[in-house]
Amino acid sequence: MTAQPEHPILTLEGIVKVFGGLTALYKPDCSIPAGTIRSIIGPNGAGKTTLFNIITGVLPPTTGAVSFKGRRIERLKPHTIARQGISRTFQTVELFTNMTVLENVMLGRHPRSRCSMLASGLRLPNSRKEEARIESKARDILKFIGLAPKFDQPAGGLPLGEQKILEIGRALATEPELICLDEPAAGLNETETHVASSLIRAIRERGITVLLVEHDMRVVMNISDEIMVLNHGQKIAEGPPEEIRDDPKVIEAYLGDEDRHA
Amino acid sequence: MLRIGKLPIAILAGVIIMFPWVARHVTLIEHYTDIMVFAGIYSLITIGLSLLMGYAGQISLGHAAFFGIGAYSSAILTARFGMNPWGCMLIGALLAAVMALLIGTPSLKLKGHYLAMATLAFGIIVFIVFNEETEWTGGPDGMSGIPGLALAGLALDTVEKYYYLVWTIVLGVFIFTCNIIQSRSGRALRAIHVSEAAASAMGVNVARFKVMVFIYSAMLASLAGSLYAHYLNFINPSTFDLFFAIKLLIMISLGGTHSIWGAIIGALLVAFLSFEWLHFFEEFEILVYGAVLLLITIFLPEGLAGLPKIVHGWFRK
Repeated sequence: MTAQPEHPILTLEGIVKVFGGLTALYKPDCSIPAGTIRSIIGPNGAGKTTLFNIITGVLPPTTGAVSFKGRRIERLKPHTIARQGISRTFQTVELFTNMTVLENVMLGRHPRSRCSMLASGLRLPNSRKEEARIESKARDILKFIGLAPKFDQPAGGLPLGEQKILEIGRALATEPELICLDEPAAGLNETETHVASSLIRAIRERGITVLLVEHDMRVVMNISDEIMVLNHGQKIAEGPPEEIRDDPKVIEAYLGDEDRHA
Repeated sequence: MLRIGKLPIAILAGVIIMFPWVARHVTLIEHYTDIMVFAGIYSLITIGLSLLMGYAGQISLGHAAFFGIGAYSSAILTARFGMNPWGCMLIGALLAAVMALLIGTPSLKLKGHYLAMATLAFGIIVFIVFNEETEWTGGPDGMSGIPGLALAGLALDTVEKYYYLVWTIVLGVFIFTCNIIQSRSGRALRAIHVSEAAASAMGVNVARFKVMVFIYSAMLASLAGSLYAHYLNFINPSTFDLFFAIKLLIMISLGGTHSIWGAIIGALLVAFLSFEWLHFFEEFEILVYGAVLLLITIFLPEGLAGLPKIVHGWFRK
C-alpha cells in the first residue's frame, strides 16, 4: 500500500526450475510495479503455474531470487509468504468444501489474527472479540465480491463461477499486497467471466497488485497493464497488451498456435 | 456455519448429574455408574483423538501408550515416591506432551500416514518398557497400592464421587474442545483436512497445527490414564496394549469422526459393550464387535453421531 507506483513490489531474477531432466523455467526475469495488473500468458506447459508455485513458496527454485518488497522470499514456506502479503487462488478450485461460504473467507483472516488454541478453548474475552472482528471483516469481503446473500451456504454447492469468485474473496481476506490468480476465468460462461474481470479491476483499484495467469485472451487483453509471455519456461515477450497482440514471436508461439487449432 | 449448540451440552450436563441418582433407584442398572466411570475415562481419550482424526485427518495408534504413560506416571510417583497425585497427573501429562512433540514433529511434517506408523512403533516400545522395567512398573504382574484421590480434604472413595470427578473433567474438556473447533484454530484444522495446499496458502502453519493437536490429544490420554490408575488402584501393562489403541479407533469410528459428539457416543457404546452387553457372547464377543462395526460402517458411514441427520431425512420425506 505504501509502495510508490513505480517501485516494484515483486522482482524475479534468474529463476531456474529443473524437474529431473526438464527445465520448466529458465530465467523469466521481471519486475512488477505495485498497483498494476500483470498477466502471464503462454501455451500449456509454458511454466506459468510453476512460476506461481515458486512465488508462493510451494516449490523452491533450483536457482534464482524472488524479492517481495525488497526482501528475498524464495526459501520461505507458503504460510510465511502468505503472512508477508502474497495470496493466491488455484487453477483447480481448492475451496474448503466442509465449510460455508462465510467460513471460507473467515479462514482467510488466519494470518491477520493471532488467538492461541488455549485462549480460544477458554473463550477468553480477547478471543471472542477477535472472532467477532474476523466475522465482520469476512462479511465486508463477501459484500465486496457480491456473495453476501449466500454466506451460509456450503462452499462446495456454489456454481463454478461463484466458487472462483469465493476463492478470490478468501485470498483477499488475508489482506494481500500481491494476489496471484491462477486462471480465474477458466470454465466460466460469458456473464461469469465479465463478473470476474470487473472484480479483478476493482481489486487493483484497492491498491492490490494482481498477477494473473489466464487463457481467456479477451480477459487478458482487456484488464492487463502489462503482459509477460512464456514459452518453454522462457520469457519471449513483455509489454502492454497492444504490443503483445502484434508481436510476431508471440503470435507464432501462442496465438498462432491457437489459430491453427481453431 | 459450524455452531455447536448450547442446548445439547446443557442436556449432556443434566444427564451426567442425574445418572447416578437414577442408577441408584433402578436395581437392574445399579452398577452402571461404575461402567460410566470407565466410559468417562475413555471419552477423555476419544475427544482428543477425534480432534486429531476427524479434524486434522491424522491417525494415531499410540494413544494406548499415552494412556499408559499417564497411568504409570501417576502410579509410580504416588505409590513409590509418595508424591501428590494431582502433581503427578500434571507430570504425566507433560511427559506425554514431550513424547508427542518428539514423535509428531518429524512424522507430521510429511504428507501421508507417517504418524500412524510412528505411533504404532511408539506404542509397541512403550508396551515393552511397561513389561520389562519390572523394578519400576512391576512388569507383567502390574503394580498395586496406588492411592485414591482426594479433593480439598474430601476423599473420592465411592464410585459416585469418582464418577462426578471424571465426568466434570470430561464436560470441561468437551466444552474446551468445542470452543477450539469453533475458533480460528478449529477452522484451520478443518481447512487442513480438506486441502493442505490451500490452508498453507492462506497462512496456516499446517505442520504446527497438526503437532499441537497431537500434543493436546496425547495430554488428554495421559490425564485419562492417571484417572484410571487412581480409580482401580491397580494397573498392569495389558490394559495399554495395541488392541486398546485399536479399540480407541473403533470407538471413534462407531461414534463418528465428523462430529465431536461421536467421541463421547463411541466411548459410551464401547464401554457398555465390553463391560456389560457382550458378556453373554463369551468367546464370540470379538465377532459381535466386528459385526457391530461392519453394520455401522455400512449403514451409518458418519457413525452414530450421524444418526439424527438420517432420521431427520426420513421425516422430511
